[in-house]
Amino acid sequence: MKKRTWANLKESAIRAFFLSCGILAVLVLIGIFATLLTTAVPAFREIHLADFLLKANWDPTSPEKAEYGILAMVASTIMVTIGALLLAVPIGIGVAAYLSDVAHWRVREIVKPVVEILAGIPSVVVGFLGIVLFGPVIARIFHTGNGLNAVNGSVLLAIMALPTIISISEDSLNAVPASYNEASLALGASKWQTLFRVKVPAALSGIIAACMLGLGRAVGETMTVLMATGNARAFPHGFLSSVRTMTANIAIELGEVPYYTTHYYALFAIGLVLFIMTFAVNLAADLILHKYQERER
Amino acid sequence: MKQATQKKVAQFLAFLLLRVCLYLVLAVLLLFLFDIGKKGGGAISWEFLSQAPRKGMTAGGIFPAIFGTFLVTLITALLAVPLGMCAAIYLNEYARQDRLTRLIRLAIRNLSGVPSIVYGLFGVILFVNIMRFGTSVLSAGLTLGLMTLPWTITASEEALKTVPNSYREGALALGATKWQSIRTNVLPYAVPGMLTGTVLGLARAAGETAPILFTGAAFFLPYLPKSLGDQFMALPYHLYILATQHHQIEQVRPLAYGTALVLIALVLGLNMTAVVIRYRLRRKRR
Repeated sequence: MKKRTWANLKESAIRAFFLSCGILAVLVLIGIFATLLTTAVPAFREIHLADFLLKANWDPTSPEKAEYGILAMVASTIMVTIGALLLAVPIGIGVAAYLSDVAHWRVREIVKPVVEILAGIPSVVVGFLGIVLFGPVIARIFHTGNGLNAVNGSVLLAIMALPTIISISEDSLNAVPASYNEASLALGASKWQTLFRVKVPAALSGIIAACMLGLGRAVGETMTVLMATGNARAFPHGFLSSVRTMTANIAIELGEVPYYTTHYYALFAIGLVLFIMTFAVNLAADLILHKYQERER
Repeated sequence: MKQATQKKVAQFLAFLLLRVCLYLVLAVLLLFLFDIGKKGGGAISWEFLSQAPRKGMTAGGIFPAIFGTFLVTLITALLAVPLGMCAAIYLNEYARQDRLTRLIRLAIRNLSGVPSIVYGLFGVILFVNIMRFGTSVLSAGLTLGLMTLPWTITASEEALKTVPNSYREGALALGATKWQSIRTNVLPYAVPGMLTGTVLGLARAAGETAPILFTGAAFFLPYLPKSLGDQFMALPYHLYILATQHHQIEQVRPLAYGTALVLIALVLGLNMTAVVIRYRLRRKRR
């Protein structure tokens, strides 16, 4: 009898150990939010929250009056991201549709790992290629200096978002019940009509979630935009202006800023805004995917 | 009749368009690999791989950066792989479908979407300041480890899912406890898959720059890190410096290409090994 309770105790201890590893994930997420929040709050002893969010001038080292407005950076981030999605969404869905419905299964077996390779290229290498490959081309086409601008960043971010969009869209296209496909074909629709009018609408929630995950990735990407978009602080005038995103600004300034100054805290406040933005996007994508999976069951 | 031809033409054109999308993506990848392979290949030599940078990084090699990346990835693995496996064992073997489990899963999915620079900020506060590890290879490795954790959990769980339930039931029916059944009848079959999956995550971590920018990566160090408390040079950060921060950017371009080639070979080499092994494992199961 005694032996048995001992064994039970051991079993529950083991279970508790594994559970604590699982709970760690929750703690890390809460920890990230809590540290960002507590480090960002002191910034607002000197900065008005409204000024921080709604003013466009960011000049913390100005000798006269330090300014901490992040609107230009937020606008840059959004602009580069929208540009990236305009390229990546149609191409990504196109590739996903091709792989799920048109391509021979052998092509699919080859292409899927290749897309994973694309996902594996480090962001700093993509940024480097933005400087040496795309920069000169963009400069020649649009006649602008060195080609380090929002367009360049958008193209690179599109390439980085593509693997996410392709693989999740393809999964959701494959999850559409075969009966939909068969019913449509039996009614005389062509393969293309079936794909476009039946399968894509049926898989739409998954495709939207895929695009949102791609969006989240593009918003949070640092090295690529830091290297390829030129990093001018001014409010962006268009896709050919040099822009500085929120991520790039943190990367540029955190290395030089003295610890525990308003400027230091303000950089964490940008991090907090970034965290909230990506968290909202990812959570929304997650809810869509989750609902979709439940309906499929 | 006419309608039927129209339908066929429409389908042909549409599928052609889809195919063009695919070719476009493949062309970009080929262009990347070709450009780096061609221009980086010229820079690679034994000297480049085995020596430290010299003359203000305009000559010499990148050995300290290779060594640093290896070291930091090792620390990342030591944190992320065991924790990831244990969390996955909980989720796949022990967890019931309750609120706590859903919360853990939600946290994991959201963690994988947190921007890498935000992990860097977290690492600065937690490891550099609160735990007083300073800007060091240890802080950087732990930061990367936290970032890798959601990937290793997901990959490990995928591997656990492939073990048939009958294996577990067989052990339990013979009177084994839950842990005994996991240890003897689940883990031996799942661990190879778990490891290959986690290698993918580690490859991604090895190529990351943003989390190590402020937690320990150094611009240039004349010596290798002697302890975990030292700063280190890393391949991705070295590439960033050669590409944008160097005062003679045009002159060091070949070195930058060489660094990019080494980095990409390292990351893709790890990636491909994992993909190939996983592919083989899957085939064996069928």
